[in-house]
Amino acid sequence: MGSRASTLLREEEIEEIKKETGFSHSQITRLYSRFTSLDKGENGTLSREDFQRIPELAINPLGDRIINAFFPEGEDQVNFRGFMRTLAHFRPIEDNEKNKNAAPSEPLNSRTNKLLFAFRLYDLDRDDKISRDELLQVLRMMVGVNISDEQLGSIADRTIQEADTNGDNSISFNEFMKVLEKVDVEQKMSIRFLH
Amino acid sequence: MAPFLSLLIYTYLVLRCSSLTAPVDPSKSQPMGSSLGQNSSSEGVPLVDVPMALGVFSVDYHHVQAPFEIVLWIMLASLAKLGFHWSGRIPAVVPESCLLIMVGLLVGGVIYGVRHSAPPTLSADAFFLFLLPPIVLDAGYFLPGRLFFENLGTILWYALLGTLWNVLGIGLSLYGVCLLCPSSLGDVSLLHCLLFGSLIAAVDPVAVLSVFQEMHVNEQLHILVFGESLLNDAVTVVLYQLFESFLRLPSVSGLDVLLGGCRVLVVGFGGLFVGLFFGLVAALTSRFTPRVPVIAPLFVFLYSYLSYLTSEMLHLSGITAIVTCAVTMKQYVEANVSERSNSSIQYFLKMWSSVSETLIFIFLGVSTIQDVHMWSWLFVCATLLLCLIWRGSGVLLLTAVVNKVRRNKVTFRDQFIIAYGGLRGAICFSLVFLIDDFPKKRLFITTTIIVILFTVFVQGMTIKPLVDLLDVKRKKRALPTVSEEIHSRLIDHLLAGIEDVVGYWGQHYWKDKFEQFNRKFLRRFLIREEQQNRSSILRVYQELERREQGADRETVHPLLPEEMDSIRRILSRNLLQFNSRRPTYSRHTLHHDRALQRHSSLGERDTQFVFLCAVCAIGPRSISQDSSIPEEQTAPQHGPKKHLSFDIENEKNN
Repeated sequence: MGSRASTLLREEEIEEIKKETGFSHSQITRLYSRFTSLDKGENGTLSREDFQRIPELAINPLGDRIINAFFPEGEDQVNFRGFMRTLAHFRPIEDNEKNKNAAPSEPLNSRTNKLLFAFRLYDLDRDDKISRDELLQVLRMMVGVNISDEQLGSIADRTIQEADTNGDNSISFNEFMKVLEKVDVEQKMSIRFLH
Repeated sequence: MAPFLSLLIYTYLVLRCSSLTAPVDPSKSQPMGSSLGQNSSSEGVPLVDVPMALGVFSVDYHHVQAPFEIVLWIMLASLAKLGFHWSGRIPAVVPESCLLIMVGLLVGGVIYGVRHSAPPTLSADAFFLFLLPPIVLDAGYFLPGRLFFENLGTILWYALLGTLWNVLGIGLSLYGVCLLCPSSLGDVSLLHCLLFGSLIAAVDPVAVLSVFQEMHVNEQLHILVFGESLLNDAVTVVLYQLFESFLRLPSVSGLDVLLGGCRVLVVGFGGLFVGLFFGLVAALTSRFTPRVPVIAPLFVFLYSYLSYLTSEMLHLSGITAIVTCAVTMKQYVEANVSERSNSSIQYFLKMWSSVSETLIFIFLGVSTIQDVHMWSWLFVCATLLLCLIWRGSGVLLLTAVVNKVRRNKVTFRDQFIIAYGGLRGAICFSLVFLIDDFPKKRLFITTTIIVILFTVFVQGMTIKPLVDLLDVKRKKRALPTVSEEIHSRLIDHLLAGIEDVVGYWGQHYWKDKFEQFNRKFLRRFLIREEQQNRSSILRVYQELERREQGADRETVHPLLPEEMDSIRRILSRNLLQFNSRRPTYSRHTLHHDRALQRHSSLGERDTQFVFLCAVCAIGPRSISQDSSIPEEQTAPQHGPKKHLSFDIENEKNN
């Protein structure tokens, strides 16, 4: 147990994660055991290969992008804090949180942050705009190979046309939020983490 | 109002004729020729006056009585519907169901006055076999699948446990009430009370549908109430049959109760499997219909009805079967069958369910006028009160439990609407008629009628202002956009991926698994090759394009004179070709002739967009939930709307 002692979760860490992400104690411990089960190298961090070993994720059309979203800019390993920080986006918004105006910074699972997460799946180059090419890439991944480029192009054009208000032929984050304002994002982008 | 009044008068006259005309023996009304020989038969039959001359005019009502009366009823129902939709203000305040029941009461009163006997009541067979299936089929076909399955757990929770709670609660407490007053209600046994409870506790899909449709509450609330009313059929059927058979048995043991519990599962799952089976067979059949597109819609109706009848035959839950059948076959049929057939299916479903619903409510009104009503203030008031109490408490308790597990909590306002929106309807009514006769049966019938009238009138009328008062979340009316579809899809994939990472077999996981299974096996087997790989994003996009092309017709694009000339040339060329090889007239080529009529009547008029219609591709507007009539389609859709393609081939494709 010697080499693993450093990877056991300490109480202070749990408290810190709780404050940062809003998960409960039991949820954090449960997710920690999931983290360690994925961590085949047993070095306290996850690499991209660890994620790719999850079978369903491999066949998910957006699998690579989702995996990428866990890793911070330019890094190849993600520790438990980073893992939890990403998962915190998908925590359901609780009623008492909706009324909290005194929060110092916006909680990770707010509507804006959820939408930002989805936005970043499109926007690979992080220029805060979804260009036509980026949109086409994602569309191609989701829709499959049976649609002609031309049709895909017109779908992408139409998507941009519906969202674009300032005429720059790309979708900014605000335009993205506006398009999805009628969609119940708080409910759609939440997972029930078992207590 | 005029057609309505004239219909009433006509009905009155017909009824007088029918009561006057004695059933005529056909052999005696033969013309003179044959009566010369046969009439002198020596059977002791009293000789009737032999007509001395050839009858020129006669009324033989009994020959056509049955279909005639059916048509009259349907006509009455439809005219009534026309009538009060014409007056703008009334439908806003009074729900349609109430008005229809009032019309029924009126007609029932008229019939009673003419005939001095009870008017025809809604026979349980006619209701269950003919009137109920179209409504449930329509509901199942247009069920918002995604929302339904997301909330399925909660819906089942309400439907199964909630109904059980209501039945037992109402039954037992009614028995307590009967014990309190042994003088008048002494011969109502516990089993009778439970039987009554089982039929009065069930929320009725027809009534719920007709009231909630006009309310536009948020979709989650709608699907909860509506889904519950559909799925509680299994429990109701079982409990009703159970208590009825218990009544016939000499004694009831614990084993019988246990068997009853098993029966619920059998009935529910049996209905499910019957529906699944027929749904898949229907989907498979629709794969082979492209050569005969005219009868494709017929298969949808036939298979659904067959599934209903089969499960009724096996004493399974017919409603579950038909809903499952519709939900199963919908996506495959829509992919396989032509646009026009899709429109036909939707249109006919809406029409039949509308007629059915109207008829049901009118008959409810008519059947209220009975010869013998047994009234007991205690029983009726107790029933009403207990229904409300038990429903309210049931919803509160169940929601408290289920909210712990739900992502999206059911608020108190929603709970109130769920409890208050538990309307009873014609199913209770028919079931009460089917009870074996016993001294207090009339009391049960009267009480059922009162409860139904109360829920439909009082609760139905007040629920809309209550929804406004309580500021219940309403349905967000929005046109679908391609962006929403794409981004929703993205979010679905994202959530499925996150669930995989967390190792949580949640909704998205199962949904994903089902979609993979669907794509790999079902779609490949059940859908025609050409249509197999159309993704939903593409479908939404094409749908929107079609709608916009339809909307573009309103804005007139000014055409250049050269283009006008070339259009005219093409059209006149086509006209000549059509005229020279005009096919023989038949039902199937009717649409050709109609298109032709449109061309020939145009001349030099400035109807530019009509030329556009003839030449360019237009698709139908999709049927909205308000059952608007679809636009006639002239050609399959063809490419983006930017180019006007003046191809002659387009014409030939008709």
